[in-house]
Amino acid sequence: MLFDNTDIRSQFPLLEREINGFPLCYLDNASTTPMPREVLTAMLEFETCTRANVSRASHFLAASATDAYEGARESVSRYLNVNNANEVIFTSGTTAAINLLAHGLEQTLKAGDRVVITLAEHHSNFVPWQLLRDRTGVELKTLPVLANGCIDMDELDALVTDRCKLLAVTHASNVTGAITEVDKVVTAARKVGAEVFLDGAQAVAHGPVDLQELGVDYYAFSGHKCFGPTGIGVFWGRQKLLEKLSLFMGGGGMVEQVTLVENRYAPGKSRYEAGTPPIAQAVTLGVALEWMMTLPWDEVKTYEKRLTQRLLDQLKTVPGLRIIGPHSSEERLPLFSFDIDGIHPHDICHLLDQQGIALRGGHHCAQPLMDALDLMATSRASLTMFNNENDLDALVSGLNRAIEILL
Amino acid sequence: MSQDIYQQGIKDLAAAKQGAGMLDNADVAVTLDNSLCGDRISLTLKLKDGRIVALGHNVRGCLLCHASASVIGSAAEDWSWKDLEAVHAKLTAMLKGQLVSDWPPQWQSLSLFKPVQAHKSRHSCVLLPFKALIAALNQLIPSS
Repeated sequence: MLFDNTDIRSQFPLLEREINGFPLCYLDNASTTPMPREVLTAMLEFETCTRANVSRASHFLAASATDAYEGARESVSRYLNVNNANEVIFTSGTTAAINLLAHGLEQTLKAGDRVVITLAEHHSNFVPWQLLRDRTGVELKTLPVLANGCIDMDELDALVTDRCKLLAVTHASNVTGAITEVDKVVTAARKVGAEVFLDGAQAVAHGPVDLQELGVDYYAFSGHKCFGPTGIGVFWGRQKLLEKLSLFMGGGGMVEQVTLVENRYAPGKSRYEAGTPPIAQAVTLGVALEWMMTLPWDEVKTYEKRLTQRLLDQLKTVPGLRIIGPHSSEERLPLFSFDIDGIHPHDICHLLDQQGIALRGGHHCAQPLMDALDLMATSRASLTMFNNENDLDALVSGLNRAIEILL
Repeated sequence: MSQDIYQQGIKDLAAAKQGAGMLDNADVAVTLDNSLCGDRISLTLKLKDGRIVALGHNVRGCLLCHASASVIGSAAEDWSWKDLEAVHAKLTAMLKGQLVSDWPPQWQSLSLFKPVQAHKSRHSCVLLPFKALIAALNQLIPSS
């Protein structure tokens, strides 16, 4: 199969919309990606024809829903290239997954142990660890970032000492687009016997992830950032490590037997899926990942890099614009934060919205990074495989028009 | 393209930066954020007999937030908590689309923000400086 951008675009009904009288130019994929028709149809079909609770009743629909739900777990494991689908836990999103891990480690970690994060983290990979620190006395250390937005790996040896038990690091920054050198993180962790959690929220939309190759211990991502629905996410962990995690949420589905005296808890992934899970969302996420796995990723990645380089070059022509993040298409995702002299991102995003161009402006839930960069906010354009050169031209033309109006 | 919220009057207000700069000897200082976009205002006040005698602010925000803070910087002196609450309520009502007239002369320029009505996500940009002002007064006059 050859990659055909026109064909891909035609699969996204959202892109047929007009906004403020202009064809939608959607450049906010790092926040949420639209869903292709095949995925939307699957969600409606499941809710129409198969809706039932899972892992409970024995009637036909319940069995079908359970099969679909467990099938989605298989799809996730294939997308992440892991052999054991029982290591895949469905959550409501990346944030819930990280909270699950932080709570799960609470009985294992003790005061004086160290967790290392980075300045490039989204709040969702900051706050759960700060809360863990406050609950347990665990020491929380932060790897700095370089001026180009990349994590300063030279500091690894200083922070990843024998006390370090976990490194919790983004796979790719939602602000700078910088892709983390995971091999260096894993090597540093292994030297001291620490575990590695990778926040895949941004990276997961840009092709299947090979967790065996990455060699990390835990991974998380959200469905709505990889062409699936909101309200669903994935937490993956190595089986032996999952077994050691403390239980986070109690309720139905995560128990084998409940008595007045003591309970026997379900083994494996079910321990961490208390209550009725987001069934349709999980099933639909499975369809989204299967859809993604049909794409010719070598070509898609080449295409995204070409768009990245083109936009990097185009943005350099905009007066007063400074790109926040790596200037090479090799080190980054197609995600561009930028600052324009004398203009607040909110004003930029408003004027672009008036031209049908959807960007995000703000601190991107990464205030520690913003503070380090001495910025209050940035504008951010984030691309995916359905974007094309017309989108880039519209963005640059819109930016020039906005600057004319505002200055 | 609709550019009415960036009319020259608003741009002039923002550029004037009336009241910009923090007071050294303030009775109260507050900082408020707009969590949607990261706008931040810090505001300092001096009060005498229930009325503002000096005000200074530092805005890290969008053009609308700067313009709104500038109006406060130029008009709030000698006003009481109760009267400023009324101005805040009037501005909020105008942004909601209610008919509003008879602005006090010092606050007349707030009518320039009327086109922001149509852009709900931007209301908080205009209101943030007023929220900071009221929050500061509430600290000084908790019974008010």
